[in-house]
Amino acid sequence: MRNGWSPYLGGALTGLLLVASVLVTYQLFGHPRYLGTSTAYVRVSGMIEKAVSPQAVARNEYYRKEGTGIDWKVMLVLGVPLGALLAALRNGEFRLRWVPERWTRCFGNSPVVRAIGAFIGGFLIIYGARLAGGCPSGHGLSGMSQLAVSAFFVVTGFFAGGIPLALILYGRERR
Amino acid sequence: MELLIGLITGIIWGYIFQRARILRFEKHIGLLTLTDLTVLKFLLSGVVVGAIGIQLLTTLGLAPYHLKPTFMAANLVGGVIYGLGWAVLGYCPGTAPGAIGEGSLDGIFGVLGGLVGAATFAHTYPFWKKTLYGIGAYGKISLPMVLHLPPLLVGAIFAGALLAFIAFLEKMGW
Repeated sequence: MRNGWSPYLGGALTGLLLVASVLVTYQLFGHPRYLGTSTAYVRVSGMIEKAVSPQAVARNEYYRKEGTGIDWKVMLVLGVPLGALLAALRNGEFRLRWVPERWTRCFGNSPVVRAIGAFIGGFLIIYGARLAGGCPSGHGLSGMSQLAVSAFFVVTGFFAGGIPLALILYGRERR
Repeated sequence: MELLIGLITGIIWGYIFQRARILRFEKHIGLLTLTDLTVLKFLLSGVVVGAIGIQLLTTLGLAPYHLKPTFMAANLVGGVIYGLGWAVLGYCPGTAPGAIGEGSLDGIFGVLGGLVGAATFAHTYPFWKKTLYGIGAYGKISLPMVLHLPPLLVGAIFAGALLAFIAFLEKMGW
């Protein structure tokens, strides 16, 4: 916990990464790649469904709109855990755990209960992000950086849903 | 080549995430219970740099926008559903896989839930298209278009406002 970076430094570097990504991908490939992660889930779920039932995916309007299979966005999301692993190993912070400590204090240390909670939470963030058109990276970072009107509605929704539920579940305990 | 650039971008991003403590369940729940604003500070400074940088690129003609369309009802309702999931999962779609890289194996179930959520959305999309997406649909609009002001000016004002907010947070000792 001691040797990390300031969140402001991390955020500013992420802003630079966004700008560099947009510039480089547009100059090299003719379309700007803004950072965003939730579309990758659609492309992978479509790829998995295709293996089971190719016709259902071919008929599905949403999969046709977003596309399926490996692309830049999927590679981006695959890169994130690799970079995190590298950073954690280099700084002696890699530690295997099934249940976060703060979760334990509210719901106990059962990995099964945590796995079910994480699964439901994961389902809701992607379902909600797809309905809204993006997640905190796609709408929050990339959308707000473009001053998109949609981003301001979505980010309002993130906190309008998240803050009341988190206060109910975890309480206002300062640590 | 494009795939490789995507992977490298992701690796750099994940490295930054881990160093800035954005991959921790406690940091996300800290934001949503308003007790630890690390994740908010990260996002705010990202948008300060991103807003000026992206508006510069587009103003200089070096890259175009890729605006997400505004559907007021779907943006808000989807955002709220996202927020409810965020409070339970304690990660976001990028930091859940990132958390696995740091050793937080519960992120695996977050990602699996996300894949099922994506497939479920793909099959329920026609319903939302007939309902929510029709409400407050204004297309691909941005603040500078609505305000009829130069994008770089709006970007600079917005970044300045965020910086003032950051200064306020620091002054209040958050």
